Amino acid sequence: MIYGFAWDTSSAAAFAWSILPILGIGLIVTLEATAAGFVIAMLLGLVLALLRRSRLRAIAWPTAAAIEFIRDTPLLVQLFFLYYVLPVYGITLPAFVTGAIALGVQYSAYTSEVYRAGLDAVPKGQWEAAVALNLSRVRTYTTIIVPQAIPRVLPALGNYLVSMLKETPVLSVVTVVDMVSLANMIGDRTFEYLVPLSLVGLIFLILTLLCSAGIHLLERALPKSGIALQ
Amino acid sequence: MTQAATMAQPASEPLIRFEKVVKRFGTLTVLDDFDFTVAPGEKVTLIGPSGSGKSTVLRILMTLEPFQEGNLVLGGMAYHQPSGHGPFRANERHLRQIRSQVGMVFQSFNLFPHMSVLRNVIEAPVAVLGLKRAEAECRAVELLGMVGLADKKDHFPSQLSGGQQQRVAIARALAMRPRVLLFDEPTSALDPQLVGEVLGVIRSLAHEHDLTMLLVTHEMRFAREVSDRVCFFDKGRIVEQGEPERIFTSPEQARTREFLQSVL
Repeated sequence: MIYGFAWDTSSAAAFAWSILPILGIGLIVTLEATAAGFVIAMLLGLVLALLRRSRLRAIAWPTAAAIEFIRDTPLLVQLFFLYYVLPVYGITLPAFVTGAIALGVQYSAYTSEVYRAGLDAVPKGQWEAAVALNLSRVRTYTTIIVPQAIPRVLPALGNYLVSMLKETPVLSVVTVVDMVSLANMIGDRTFEYLVPLSLVGLIFLILTLLCSAGIHLLERALPKSGIALQ
Repeated sequence: MTQAATMAQPASEPLIRFEKVVKRFGTLTVLDDFDFTVAPGEKVTLIGPSGSGKSTVLRILMTLEPFQEGNLVLGGMAYHQPSGHGPFRANERHLRQIRSQVGMVFQSFNLFPHMSVLRNVIEAPVAVLGLKRAEAECRAVELLGMVGLADKKDHFPSQLSGGQQQRVAIARALAMRPRVLLFDEPTSALDPQLVGEVLGVIRSLAHEHDLTMLLVTHEMRFAREVSDRVCFFDKGRIVEQGEPERIFTSPEQARTREFLQSVL
């Protein structure tokens, strides 16, 4: 029994049906971690991309170094570091928060590269028109450049959302109880691994297919030229 | 002083003054000890072979390109400041003050594709001049009417022809109330049958007494018709300049004659 739900191992189908509520609780954790991580990755990635493009080298270079550092160290190490090393310096975060931050920060290094490519792809003439109209640099980014970069970066961001979703089980190493760790627990107690793990695999497959379809719809719904922010 | 020299050096205080400006791209010298003045309200056309530095003059005035040596002053403001930094050796606030006097119309229009025509025109007046949105829209509709596109205000640039896009771009530049308007080959990217409508708008602007216009174009007949002065560029210098009638009918320099023969 986990979370008050008992399982029924009389048949494979009955077993699968009986453990579904347990996996459902894990699924919520998985989705929450993905959502929180993705929001961090989207926002922090954009900030990193903009800082990296700064005309001030004192800002651009350390940002580039930080991005490189985050990309070139394993997520697992970053997770352990946040969870076990930070408390030594008095910073203790709940497991879920640690996981979401680690996931988001790791992926922000990737999304910052996506944004950078998207921002670079906006034609030079757009910058020149903005200068000729005397728009400030901040205003140029917020109303001219970033809105035009969004449709260009969306497909790649969508790919990172899918791969992030698939990477959430790694958070179980810092005691986040997600869908995979629950399936494992059920397996440990029933000596029956096939059904719970297959079920988890199937749920992931459905989720990623849904994600991809959603992104595809969004891509088609967005005008290619960009979105004018009010 | 001969009459031609009087033409070249207008009597009133110049609005724009280039003094021995040198512009290099790497090892290539685009403007070489360049001297040039423009009087307030003057309509000047720059002609010459491609790569002769005409567009660079406009791009420097718009602060899109820095220059290496010499002085440039517009309305009493120097582009280079002794204390500044960056490519213009001037701070951003100072450059923005200069830019507030200057507008530019580009060869490739450069409208913002994600914004409606109206939004293209009001964006800078609202963000930079601080106009109320309603006020800016009212003025934008007026300007769009002037270029014959009031009915297209809710269209997007991609729904307009090249000629219409360029007319919107002119309205957008005018919405910032510039003292100086720069036209960088405004009709070169257009299909021949669309050139006329854009030239028509520029022609009507040429009647505006207060507006100073610098026009780079290959439309020689148009240049002859609208400008007070034509400057022939070659290899980063003005080889010959004067009243359009004189330049086009009796050019003094051999290079001017050769060029005009090749394009007329």
